[in-house]
Amino acid sequence: MTQLLLVEAVNEALHVEMERDPAVLVMGEDVGRLGGVFRATVGLQDRFGADRCVDTPLAEAGILGTAVGLCMAGWRPVCEMQYDAFSYPALDQLINHVGRYRWRTRGKMSFPLVVRMPYGGGVRAPELHDDSPETYYVHTPGVKVAIPSTPADAKGLLAAAIRDPDPVVVFEPKLIYRTARGEVPEGEHVVPLGEARVAREGSDVTLVAYGAMVVVAERAADALEGEASCEVLDLRTLKPLDEAALLTSVAKTGRAVLVQEAPRVCGFAAEVAAVLAEKAIFDLRGPVLRVTGYDVPYPHWQLEDAYMPSVERVVDAVRRLLAA
Amino acid sequence: MSQVLPAEGGLRRIIGDGATLPDGEVEGLSADDLLALYRNLVLLRTYDERSVVYHRQGRIGTYAIFWNHEAMQVGSVFALEERDWIFPSYRDSAIGLLRGMPVSTVLSWWRGHPAGWWNPHDYNVASICVPIGTQVPHAVGFAWGSRLKGEDRVAIVNFGDGATSEGSFHEGATFAGVMKAPVIFFCNNNQWAISTPLAKQTAAPTLADKAIGYGMPGLRVDGGDVLAVYEATREAVARARAGEGPTFIEAVTYRVAPHATADDPSSYIDEERVEEEKEHECVGRYERYLKRLGLLTEEHEEQVRKGALELMRAGMAEAEAEPPPDLALVFEHAYAAPPPGLADDLAELRRILGQ
Repeated sequence: MTQLLLVEAVNEALHVEMERDPAVLVMGEDVGRLGGVFRATVGLQDRFGADRCVDTPLAEAGILGTAVGLCMAGWRPVCEMQYDAFSYPALDQLINHVGRYRWRTRGKMSFPLVVRMPYGGGVRAPELHDDSPETYYVHTPGVKVAIPSTPADAKGLLAAAIRDPDPVVVFEPKLIYRTARGEVPEGEHVVPLGEARVAREGSDVTLVAYGAMVVVAERAADALEGEASCEVLDLRTLKPLDEAALLTSVAKTGRAVLVQEAPRVCGFAAEVAAVLAEKAIFDLRGPVLRVTGYDVPYPHWQLEDAYMPSVERVVDAVRRLLAA
Repeated sequence: MSQVLPAEGGLRRIIGDGATLPDGEVEGLSADDLLALYRNLVLLRTYDERSVVYHRQGRIGTYAIFWNHEAMQVGSVFALEERDWIFPSYRDSAIGLLRGMPVSTVLSWWRGHPAGWWNPHDYNVASICVPIGTQVPHAVGFAWGSRLKGEDRVAIVNFGDGATSEGSFHEGATFAGVMKAPVIFFCNNNQWAISTPLAKQTAAPTLADKAIGYGMPGLRVDGGDVLAVYEATREAVARARAGEGPTFIEAVTYRVAPHATADDPSSYIDEERVEEEKEHECVGRYERYLKRLGLLTEEHEEQVRKGALELMRAGMAEAEAEPPPDLALVFEHAYAAPPPGLADDLAELRRILGQ
C-alpha cells in the first residue's frame, strides 16, 4: 500500500495497465509531452513512447471516432477528454457508434475502449470547465459508466474499465484530484464494475452519492452525528447500477437522500429514485429526496458554491426527511 | 515530403465516347481484369434495380438507390487487396458483394432483419454507416492503428458530397493528415444531398480542393468512368502503402435516381439534366468501351446479366426464408457482459407475450 492522491492513482493505473497489456494506447489532447493538463498521464510517453501515448489534434469527435477504428485494428484505446464539457462534440461518436457497434456486428466485434475525463465543479474555473455530464453517457445503450471517489477506486475502476470488453466512460472528480489522498494497493488492482461501496454505515437514512459528492455526503453525516445515523453509499458504477447494494441499504434505513452535482431533471438521482419507487416502496418511511444542481447553466464561479450541493443542503434534506 | 498541390483541374477520364473522345487504357489491366470489372458493375447494377422492384413489391423497406454509382464502387474496390478494409456509407450498402458477401445479407439489412448485420472481419467491410460521414474517423483510426501494428493494410472510406460538410469528415481528415494514416477518402460527388445541390453545400471550387487543408493530395475523376476511378484509387493505394499518407479522391457524377425510395425529386431536380445524364450512365459506357475493344459480345453480356439476376433471385429467396428473429435478439449483443436488468426485461416480455 502507498499513499496517493486521486490523480496519482489514475496515473498509476495507466502505467500498470499499459505495462500489462501492449494493446493499451492512451490518446488525447496534451496527454503526451505535457502529461495532461491535470498531469494524469505524466510519464507515459517517456515510458511507452509517442505511439502509445498520443498527442492528438484538438478534435474530440476525431479522438473518439478514431478510437473506434483503433479498436477494429486490435487496440484498446484510453481516450482522455480534457474537461467534462469538452467531451460534448464526442457524443456524436458515442451515441451513433460507440454504444452500437458491437450490437451491429451481432457481438462479433468488441470495442474495448475507455473514455476518461475530469468532471465537476467547485474549482473556480471558466464556463464549461465544471459540468457533470454523466447522464448523457449513462443514457446511451452499450456504454458503461464509473465514477470513483477515492484514490484506491480511481485506480481499480480505471483498471477494470481498461480490461472490460465493452466501452466504459470513467468520470474523475477533478475537485478532489489533489485533496483526496488514501491508501492504494500497489501493482495490479481491479475494482469490479457494478459494485457499490458502503462508505459509512448508519441506520436512519441512506445518503446515496458518487464522485465528489461522496465527500459532501460524508461531511453531512459528520455534521449530523448524534442527531441522525447516516449510511453513505458510494455507487462507484452508475451503469451497471448495483441495485442490490442500494436496496439492501434502504431496506435497513427506510430513508434515502440522493446527492448529485448535475442538474436535477433526468439526472442520475432520478433513476435511483425510480428504482427505489419500483423496488423499495414498502421499505420507505418517507419520500425520496434529491439534493442536486439546479436546472440552469453551471454558474460563474463566484456563484458556484450556491449551485453545488453543499453539506448544509444535505443536512437540511435529512432533517426534513426525519421530520416527515 | 510529398508536395500537396491544389486539386487537378479537369476530371480524369479513360473511357472515350466512340466519336470525338478517344479511348485510353489503364496500364497493367488484363482482358480478364476488364471483364471482371464488367461482371462487378452488372452485379451491383442488378442488385440496385432489383432492390427498387423489391421495395415496390413490399419485400424490402426504404432503400437508398445507388444507380449510376456502380463505377465508383467497383473501380475503387478493384484497386484494393482483400486485406484492405472498406468503410461504406449507406449508399454503398451492397459493396460487400464485391468481397463475396451473400446477397441475402444485404437484402436482410434492408428488410430490417438482424441477419443483415455481418461480422466485418469476414469481409474486411465495416458495418453500413447511416449517420453521414461519421464512419470517416473509423477508417482513419483503423488505418493508423494497422500501421502502428506494422500491418500492411489500407482503408478506404466512401461518402458523398454532403458528408464533406460534416464535422466528422473534418476531424477524420485532420487526424489522417497528422497521423499519415494509410487511408483513401473516396468522395462520390453526385451533386445532391437529398434536395440540397452542391452549390449550397460548399463554396469551395471543388471538393478535392478541401484536401489541401488537411495536407493531402486531391484527385478528381469522372465518377462514371470505372477505369479512371480504378486508376486514381490505385495511385492513392500505392501512396498509402509507401507510407506517404492519405489521399482524397473526388469522383464526380450525377444523381439520376431519387435519394431513396421514399424521396420524390420532381420538386427540386432538373428532369432534362437527369435524362441527359442517364445517356452516359456508367455501366452502358463501359459496355460500349469493351465492345469497341472487341472484348464483349452480346452473348457474354447476356450471360453476365442473367447470372446476376439469378443470384438476386436466389438471394431474395434466402432472405425471405430467414425465420422471424427471436425476441432475445432485442437484448443481445449490446454488451459482452449485459447488465442483469436486460435478462429480467426479456423474461418479462416473454411472459407478457406468452412465449
